[in-house]
Amino acid sequence: MQPRRQKRLLSILVIISLIGGAIGAMLYALQQNIDLFYTPTQLVEGLGKDKVKPVTGQRLRIGGLVVPGSVSRDAQSLKVRFQLVDIGPSVWVEFEGILPDLFREGQGIVAQGTLLAPDRIHATEVLAKHDEEYMPAEVAEALKGIRHVPPSQANFATSTTYGAAGYGAADGYQKPTVQPDN
Amino acid sequence: MFKWLDPYAKSETLYHFCGKLLPFLMVTALVLLLLGNIWGIAFTPADYQQGDSYRIIHIHVPAAILSMGAYAAMASAAFVALVWQIKVAHWAVLAIAPIGAVYTAIALITGMAWGKPMWGAWWVWDARLTSQLILLFLYFGVMALDGAFSDRKVGAKVSSLLALVGVINLPIIHFSVEWWNTLHQGASITKFRPAIDPSMLWPLLISILAFAVLLMALTCLRLRTAILENEQHRPWVRKLVGG
Repeated sequence: MQPRRQKRLLSILVIISLIGGAIGAMLYALQQNIDLFYTPTQLVEGLGKDKVKPVTGQRLRIGGLVVPGSVSRDAQSLKVRFQLVDIGPSVWVEFEGILPDLFREGQGIVAQGTLLAPDRIHATEVLAKHDEEYMPAEVAEALKGIRHVPPSQANFATSTTYGAAGYGAADGYQKPTVQPDN
Repeated sequence: MFKWLDPYAKSETLYHFCGKLLPFLMVTALVLLLLGNIWGIAFTPADYQQGDSYRIIHIHVPAAILSMGAYAAMASAAFVALVWQIKVAHWAVLAIAPIGAVYTAIALITGMAWGKPMWGAWWVWDARLTSQLILLFLYFGVMALDGAFSDRKVGAKVSSLLALVGVINLPIIHFSVEWWNTLHQGASITKFRPAIDPSMLWPLLISILAFAVLLMALTCLRLRTAILENEQHRPWVRKLVGG
């Protein structure tokens, strides 16, 4: 290789590695800000090495799996509440509105809202996070035992005393009674 | 090692080489595109949870993968253009850039149309979506920088450099779903065991191949035009067009 080209090659490699290093350092420093959501464990136990916990009243996003049997609807309104979990403790999410079609127990969801208590979020938006697996319905039922029912047709537990009994209680939440899924 | 490539640095040879490839690539791309997309969109079973909405994957994923493939190709051309200072390599950068930008736009738009009914939102500022949007801006930047200087040579150098530096974004896009919490799901087909049922996977693979061949075909087409435009006063071009 000619020395002229060698010099150009070298300077290009130096430029790219310097910019790459700078961007890498930036992304590393911003790691926690780039995460779209807290997981329930991060919310309860704190985030990162310093175990930074979000403060009550903070707007944030929470992402996790809907705990089977935890979904409970208000009979009179669109209010719904459910638990989210990842690998550790679970947190409660309350929401008023229409759930996305992909919402089901066991499904991953991302909710945006305000932190009411260390383990309770009032969500203003609930998004469904589906996984990267695609398969026909029969395969899903045979392989994973999942039959997807959109939330509009799902038979979630309903509670007439929703709200009144729930949030005022000193010990936090009452576990809603669960009706067997038919 | 790359001596055999040397003749193609000559614009006239490259022009004729691209001309020979073009019909073959165009026909292959068209056949594969029709086969993959019609099979994927009309004849695959519906997904167990997303129903028919998932079918947009047969456009979304090929466009997204090849938007990154196009960038890698463009950056390689930029690297050759910078180190060996070969003119046709820079014309190749400019030939690929708009195609890559359109692929990126297709990936973003189909992704939004898919995200609204499935996730519940058109757009979320998660790492995958944001880094893909940055890819679109990189393509725009390469195209804009080339024309931003009164000295064409400076423009060529600067835009090639941007194309090359932007490569840093490619691993970020690919690994964004692993490094950070995102709403976007993880990779389905670029892992050891594809997480897609075979009945849905084959048309998808064909569509990806179709988008790749289409990218090559359009690059050949645009590169030929660029060569003619840039060399219009050269004797071989004058002879070719009979002027």
